[in-house]
Amino acid sequence: VDRIYLDYAASTPVDRQVVETMLPFFEKDFGNPSSIHFYGQQSEGAIERSRKRVQELFNADKYDVIFTSGGTESDNLALRGTAFSERKRRGANRILISGVEHHAVLSTAIQLRDDFEFELDILQVHKNGKLDLREFEKKLDSSVAVVSMIYANNEIGTINPINSIAALCSEKEIPFHTDAVQAVAHEIIDMSSQKIDLLSFGAHKFYGPKGVGVLLKNKSLKISPQITGGQQEYGYRAGTHNVPLIVGMVKALDLISEQIEKESKKLKTLRNKIINTVLTKIPGSFLTGDTFDRLPNHASFVFEGISGNDLLVALDMAGFAVSSGSACKVGNPVPSEVLINIGIPADLAIGSLRVSLGKTTTSNEINKFLDILPAVISNLRQSSKGKS
Amino acid sequence: LNQQPKVVVAMSGGVDSSVAAAMLVEKGYDVSGMMLKLWSGSCEQEENACCTPEAIEQARNVAIKLEIPFYVIDAKEGFKHFVVDQFIDTHIKGFTPNPCYVCNQKIKWGLLLEKALQMGAQFLATGHYAQIRVDTSNKWHLFKGNDLKKDQSYFLSGLNQNQLSRTLLPLGGLIKTEVRKLASGYNLDVAEIADSQDLCFIGVEGYQAFLTRLYPGFEKRGIVRNTSGQIVGEHMGLAFYTIGQRKSVGSGLEKPHYVIKKEIENNELIIDTKEYLGFSSISIADLNWISGVEPNFPSEFSVKIRYKGIPVQSVIEKIEEKESYRIQFSKPVRDATPGQIAVLYKDDEVIGSGLIVSTEGLKL
Repeated sequence: VDRIYLDYAASTPVDRQVVETMLPFFEKDFGNPSSIHFYGQQSEGAIERSRKRVQELFNADKYDVIFTSGGTESDNLALRGTAFSERKRRGANRILISGVEHHAVLSTAIQLRDDFEFELDILQVHKNGKLDLREFEKKLDSSVAVVSMIYANNEIGTINPINSIAALCSEKEIPFHTDAVQAVAHEIIDMSSQKIDLLSFGAHKFYGPKGVGVLLKNKSLKISPQITGGQQEYGYRAGTHNVPLIVGMVKALDLISEQIEKESKKLKTLRNKIINTVLTKIPGSFLTGDTFDRLPNHASFVFEGISGNDLLVALDMAGFAVSSGSACKVGNPVPSEVLINIGIPADLAIGSLRVSLGKTTTSNEINKFLDILPAVISNLRQSSKGKS
Repeated sequence: LNQQPKVVVAMSGGVDSSVAAAMLVEKGYDVSGMMLKLWSGSCEQEENACCTPEAIEQARNVAIKLEIPFYVIDAKEGFKHFVVDQFIDTHIKGFTPNPCYVCNQKIKWGLLLEKALQMGAQFLATGHYAQIRVDTSNKWHLFKGNDLKKDQSYFLSGLNQNQLSRTLLPLGGLIKTEVRKLASGYNLDVAEIADSQDLCFIGVEGYQAFLTRLYPGFEKRGIVRNTSGQIVGEHMGLAFYTIGQRKSVGSGLEKPHYVIKKEIENNELIIDTKEYLGFSSISIADLNWISGVEPNFPSEFSVKIRYKGIPVQSVIEKIEEKESYRIQFSKPVRDATPGQIAVLYKDDEVIGSGLIVSTEGLKL
């Protein structure tokens, strides 16, 4: 089978130039950045240049760039670190998140509620997946320790009005975190024009290596470290830096930022073709997420009368790597909480599909995909009808 | 995207299904592996022998080595309904069920075959030791495996024409030692998964505890008699015994005793010495004729009443009013057990199979 990869929201291949940028830091420039000697200095130099470059790219000189092991760790540090420090500082004991957060945020918030006696409000979203701002405003008061809202949703692609959410938080001086893991690959985020306090992302969504990410943190906000030890990363994240991965991540950022607008335009055209074709050619198909404010590479659907897991297997057997949005390799087809929370009935939510594109995606690949998808779905529907 | 026939191989992680997959890859099929998740709340826990994390990991490693995709497919609901519930119901009737036969018929060649076809495959393949051939009039035939010691045609005897036409059994012409050799030739690092005496869905708790957990009514003590009617002991519940069983039967009696009969109506277990253990004839029902057509009666077949049983030459006739069939053995057969499957052979070909519904003893 010729295989076609259409799951760039899950992960991306590391760019050749990124690999080459990383290589010297495995062998030649291997020193520990905390060491006094020449070897250490070479590594430390690379880290600090990387940090500076992230600040430049995000227009973020008022932010600490904290290197982490990826998006999930950044989310954990932001949420837990802020919740603990704000409770200590001003007795705030409530956490606000949306109903469409990634598990990195949701599970962390639930643990803070269950094991650390925080109160947790999971806020309603509209059917397009955007936060209900009016309800949000009502809940936002000085008892809130931290607010966390996803920038662009991994399952349904919706881009939230982060600017407005951040502004509301800032007015009431409540720390605001956003998980921008999906967004960073497709949008230049200008930190100087928004009131975001904390922003998380990981490198492997934009052709960088896995296992490395960033938390951007407003310098005026003090948070409690979640990994303690040495004084790396201003004391916010102990542990010897993973120099090659950090250098590689920043190279990857450099590369995408050069191309981001052109690339987004190309992806949008392909994405719209997918959305239009699916909705017109496949009966019982529905777009999930917002039609306009969505990631340029992201098309997501639910289909009547099929199981998303079966659809993924059938498509994989036909040579197309896609996703249902929530990764569950084994076991029951449980409908995704995100889809349920945007009001999709459970039996329909089970039949979900996410197609996400990347820089190597061609229009030929999309045509091939769209050629077979209607038949794959009608095949799955036919037999499941015959059974019941 | 390509023209090679697509085939789904049911992979267990063991030698047989791994070699079957490797052979099909080598022949140029477009192969995908699948494992059914049949039972247990979670594959993370080793509650039973089915789809343990080790088995999944082993099958996945084989798939990676063969460069084929591998999927774990959820079939818990169907398995519970068709196999486990029926297993319990059969026990309630006082019969001894054969869940592997049912599982092949309803799950592997039911649910999995259906899924494989709906996902775009043309064939389902397994590592069973049996052979399928098609004749010039497009009829499909099922034969014993070449390795008579490993022959598994007994378990596949419930399949129909449609199922057989969609099935590939790459190991049918091989003997086990050849399969092992092939495994090392293909460089498949597969440890032999021990043939468990227990059923795949029964874990460390054991058969009796499993039955009791699912249906506490099985724990119903009663009288044990010998064939002359004398009381010789007490039993734990009829479901825990099967015809021919010697273990935990007649302790303290002079000679070894065996389960001869289970009398459900009065909850009594009949045991006696070896001479009483033998059946001259049985009745079977729910027949599956592989060809889809019933033969003429009376007809002569060689009949196997257990997977490991020795085939016995028999005459079969139809009892119209009971919608059943009577099998008269040419010599007495031990251990014929209601609930088990009788498979009818002509030489090495499987002609059909049916459920044993009653047995007629020699001395009873």
